[in-house]
Amino acid sequence: MKNLLLVAYLDIKESLRSKWFYVYAIVFGGLMALFFVTGVSDSVVMGFTGLSRLLLVFIQVTIIILPIFILITTVKSISGDRESNVLEYMLSFPISLTHYYWGKMLGRFLTVFLPVIFALILGVAFGIAKGGNLPWAMISLYSALLFAMCFVFLGIAFFVSTLVKSSDIAVGSSFMIWIILLAFIDIALIGLMLQGRVSDGLIISIALTNPIEVFRIGAISLFDPELTVIGPVAYYLLDTLGAKLLMFYSIFYPIILGIFFSFMGYIAFKKKDLL
Amino acid sequence: MFVNVKNVTKKFLGVNVLDDVSFDINLGGRIAMMGPNGAGKTTLIRAILGFYHIDEGKIEVNGFDPIKDRVKVLPNISFIPQLPPPIKISLEEMISFITKSANISREMIFEESNKMDLNLKKNLHKQFFKLSGGMKQKLLIAIALSKKSSLLVFDEPTANLDPKAREHFYKLLEKLDEDCSTLFITHRLDEIKGLVNRQIYMDLGKVIEDEKI
Repeated sequence: MKNLLLVAYLDIKESLRSKWFYVYAIVFGGLMALFFVTGVSDSVVMGFTGLSRLLLVFIQVTIIILPIFILITTVKSISGDRESNVLEYMLSFPISLTHYYWGKMLGRFLTVFLPVIFALILGVAFGIAKGGNLPWAMISLYSALLFAMCFVFLGIAFFVSTLVKSSDIAVGSSFMIWIILLAFIDIALIGLMLQGRVSDGLIISIALTNPIEVFRIGAISLFDPELTVIGPVAYYLLDTLGAKLLMFYSIFYPIILGIFFSFMGYIAFKKKDLL
Repeated sequence: MFVNVKNVTKKFLGVNVLDDVSFDINLGGRIAMMGPNGAGKTTLIRAILGFYHIDEGKIEVNGFDPIKDRVKVLPNISFIPQLPPPIKISLEEMISFITKSANISREMIFEESNKMDLNLKKNLHKQFFKLSGGMKQKLLIAIALSKKSSLLVFDEPTANLDPKAREHFYKLLEKLDEDCSTLFITHRLDEIKGLVNRQIYMDLGKVIEDEKI
C-alpha cells in the first residue's frame, strides 16, 4: 500500500509539471467553473429551465473535451514509459506490478479530477457569495456524473496503454475510440433507425451502452427532467426506466465499465511482457 | 548458484530471440557478456529481471521466479541501463522512490554519488531528464552501488561517461564485496578485462562461448 501511494504521488508530481495539465485545467476547469458560476448561481434566481440552452452547450463541450483529454494524456502513461525505457528502470526496483499499476491509475485519476473539483468549489463559492439556496442535489449529481465519466475513460485509457507498445499507436487508438463514441455510433444508429429494419428499443439500448451518450442524457436530465431537448427518445427512456433509474444508470454504468476496463488493463499488465 | 537460466527460449513474433539458452551465475562471478546487436543479450537480461515471460525453460534468481516473485528477486539485483531513461521526476523524488521501494539508505546514495564526483545536493530539485548524460549515468551507478545487491547488471554502463568518470567507476567496482556478482553487457572487453573472470559470447539468441578468463 505504501508503494501504491508512492507511485500515485510521483505520478501526480510528474503530471503537475506537464504542460498538458495546465492546458487541461484552464480549458476544462474554466468551462466547468463557468458552468457552475452561471448555471448554479443564476438558477437560484431564474431556475434552470431558463438556462437550458446555455447549459446544453456546456454539457456538449464537456462531452467533447473531457474524454479526449483523459484519453490522450493517460494513454501514454504506461505505453510512453515503456517506449522511453522509464518503465524498465523504475520496475527494476522491487515494487509489485499491482502497486505500480493501481498507483499510476490513482495518481492519474486525482490529476484528472482535481480541476473538476476546484471548478466545483469555485462555482459553489460564487453561488454562495451571490446569496440564495444552492441546488445541492443537482451539484452532487452532476459531480457524480463527471466522476463516472472521468473514471470510465481513465479505465479505457489504461487498458489501451497496457496493450500497445508504442505511444503513437496508443494516441491513435484513443483518438479512434473518442471519435467512435462521440459520433460514429450515433451516426450508425440514426442510419439504422431511418431504415426501420431494427426495433427502436434495440437501437436506444445500444446507444445507452455508449458512456458519452449516458453522460449526455444524465446531465441534461438534471436541468431538463422531461428531456425535451433530446426529442421523442425521451418518452421511451422515461417510460421504460423512469427518471430515478435513468440517473442511477447514468452514474453507475460508466463506473462499472471503468472498473471492467481497469481490471482488463491490470490483467494485461501482469500477464504480458512488460517491455 | 545465484542465477540459474535453464533451456530458456523466448520468441517475438515467432522468431527465437533466445534459443535454448542455459547458464549460471554464482555468487562472486564476474561476467562479461558480448555479442553483436540482436544477439539476445538485452532480452536475456530483461528475462532475468522479470520483464519478459519466457516461452520455454526456467529462470531462477536466488531460488525465486523473477515473474512470480519479483518483489523477492529484485532487492538482490541492481540494474544500470545503457541509456539513462528520461525520467521526469526530480532527483529528490526519485531518491525518495528508490529509498522507500528498495530500502536503500539515502545517505548511502549521497556517499556513492560523492565517490562518483556527483554533487547530488546541488541538483536535488532538478528533474532527472534535465541533467547531462554523464551526470545521469553517474547517479544511476551511485544508486546501483548503494543498493548493495548480490548481482549488479550493467548494460554498457560507461557509454556516457568521460575518461575520468570511467576510471572512478572501475575503481569503485574493484572495491565490491567478493560475494557480489557482476554481469556486464559490453562491446569493449579490453576496458573491463581486469574486472571479469568469465566471458559469455552470444549470437542469434544462443550462447556460443562461455569460458573463464
